[in-house]
Order: sequence, then C-alpha cells, then structure tokens
Amino acid sequence: MGNPMKIRAAVKDGVTEVKILMQHEMETGLRKEADGTLVPAWFITEVKAQYQGRTVLETQFGQSVSKNPYLLFRFKGGVAGEKITVSWLDNKGDTRSDEVSIAG
Amino acid sequence: MNNSTVKKLIPLLVLATSCAATAAESEISDSDRIAQYREMISDGNPADFDEMRGEELWKSVAGPKQATLEKCDLGKGAGVVKGVYTELPRYFKDTGKVQDLESRLVTCMTTLQGIPEEVITAKPFATDKKASDISSLATYVVGQSKGIKMAVSTKHPQSKEAYEIGKRIFNYRAGPYDFACSTCHATSNVRIRMQDLPNLNVKKDAQTAYASWPAYRVSQGLTRSFQWRLNDCFRQQRFPEPKFASEATVALTMFLAVSANGGEYAGPGLKR
Repeated sequence: MGNPMKIRAAVKDGVTEVKILMQHEMETGLRKEADGTLVPAWFITEVKAQYQGRTVLETQFGQSVSKNPYLLFRFKGGVAGEKITVSWLDNKGDTRSDEVSIAG
Repeated sequence: MNNSTVKKLIPLLVLATSCAATAAESEISDSDRIAQYREMISDGNPADFDEMRGEELWKSVAGPKQATLEKCDLGKGAGVVKGVYTELPRYFKDTGKVQDLESRLVTCMTTLQGIPEEVITAKPFATDKKASDISSLATYVVGQSKGIKMAVSTKHPQSKEAYEIGKRIFNYRAGPYDFACSTCHATSNVRIRMQDLPNLNVKKDAQTAYASWPAYRVSQGLTRSFQWRLNDCFRQQRFPEPKFASEATVALTMFLAVSANGGEYAGPGLKR
C-alpha cells in the first residue's frame, strides 16, 4: 500500500473544491542510475474520486506527471461534513485510498 | 506590384503579427511567471510530508538510550518547538556554543538518544534513495514557526562574534573562481538564468530569502534543509565542502538570520 495522500475539500456556493497531494516516486522508466542501469517505470496510472458512491473524477496519469503530484478539481454539489474518497492505482498494481470530510 | 511580390509579402505579414503577439505576452516577465507557478503549487507543498515524517521521528524512541526528542531544548525550554526557529542560531549554555537548528538537533540526538555524532553527520542530506532523519526533524521544527517574526539576538558576545565571522565569510572571496557569497548576493535586480537573485544586503530580500528555507525542491523531489542550502552554495562557488553543522556554517547562518530579523517566517518553502 502506498503512502498517505493529503486531501482537503471545502464547499462554497454549491461547488466543492478538492485539493489532493499524492506521495509517489513517479519514475518515468527513462532515467538511469550512475552505473547505467535503467530505473524501472513506476507511476500512477489512474486517480479516482468518489462522493456518495458516485464517481466525481476519473483521470489517467502518465510518465510526464511529476513526483509527489498535486491535483485540484471542483465538482458541483457536495455537502459539508460528507466524505469524499480519493484513490489511485499505479503501474505495479499498488493502490492507495484516503478519505476526508468536506469542510463548510 | 506583381503577383510574386505579393506572395513574398504574405509570410512576412504573418511573421510581423506573430512578433506582435510575442511582445504582448512577454509583458508578463519571467519572474512573474515563476511567481505565478509558485502560487499555483504552494497549496500542495510536498514538504508537508517531510514535516509529518519529522514529527513522527521527534516523538519516536530511538538510539541506544531508547528516548524520544520530546525533551530536546531548542532554546525555549525542553520540548518547546513553537517559534524556536525564529530565534536560532543562538548561544546555548550547556554546550557553550552558538548553534543553529541542525547542530542543536545533533546535540539532542547525541545527549538524549545516545546516537554517536559521526552516525548523524555522516550523511546528513536526503537523497532520492534515502531520507535524512535530521533534515526531516528540521523541517518539522521550522514548520512550527510559520507566521512568527524572525528575532535572532546577538546580545551574547559569542553570538555577536558568530555574526561578525558570518559576515566575513559572506564577503570572503576565494576558490578557483575567486567567488564569494556576495558575488551573487550583494547586487539588486540581477538574475542567474531564470532566477532572480536576492540581494542579501537589502533587508526585504534577506527576509524573503531566509523565510523560504528549508524548502521542497521540485526539480530534486526532496525537501532541503538550510545546512544543505549553504553546502550547495559553497559547492557552486567551488569551495572545499564545509563540514556539516560546523562553526563556519553556523556563523554564516547567524549572519543571514540576523539580516532577516523582523521578517515573518514562512517556511518550509517551495522552490522550482
């Protein structure tokens, strides 16, 4: 299981803004060690956010996304106190899921 | 005008309009763009993860003495971390020395936890393979001074002396490039590649610069401590590598911290 994410979510005027900071190496698979051996690719391929059983964000990540990526998105609706769940999947099949309550 | 001249003119016109567009866009300067970029990502500073790691280490038992660092005195009494960074470096009675945050953490780790100094200082900087405990601890401690004004004292004669030595080091030209810190950091409105260089003799610049370290370096994917910052400055000047947390680095830190007095501490920061 991957390292915890840092998620903040707040609703304002009926729109919920979600800020996600993920902890991940995001190796491109193109980088070499000092001795020339290739550092194997290791990156997040999919990020999903769910609210009340509904998918509010589904996105694909690739090699060009930086280490420890930061993602911000907004969706219509969302009630303060309700939970939002964010999860990612990487190319090694590892996953991480964290949830946070929406702030008012 | 014959037909072929018209044909030649068309690409020229296109070129002229695209030039005009570029001129309008470049009214936003490169440093503004960097500032914009910083603002965009400042919300999600990965240094937060290092802060969390540091807090965990602070509260965990370690070393031969199986103790935590919660009794560590960083200047405001045993265990106090809130606001301590804004008064460091300072003179410590128990060691009889002026110490910066990192050298003080070494003292705590040796005295409280019994970890030999050589073990702590052997590899004090994080790499992409291995995190550095002392660096994470420093990130945690500085985070507890966010929003507090820098107030480093030079009242004690040894602090005053450290400040003077630091000032001399700042202006000391040497090495194969005949460089000093002041070569790059004592002139206003200059830059190196895309980066604006702070003039550390100007209060406002010194405050902003000092308040933003330690910082997460996006290009390195690591949180860097202040000792690392100085170490890298000396490397860029092609000086011999300074000893970690040595008297000279503490003195230089003292000079820079005092120069930043009155400024609000804003770290851990975020750099390109």
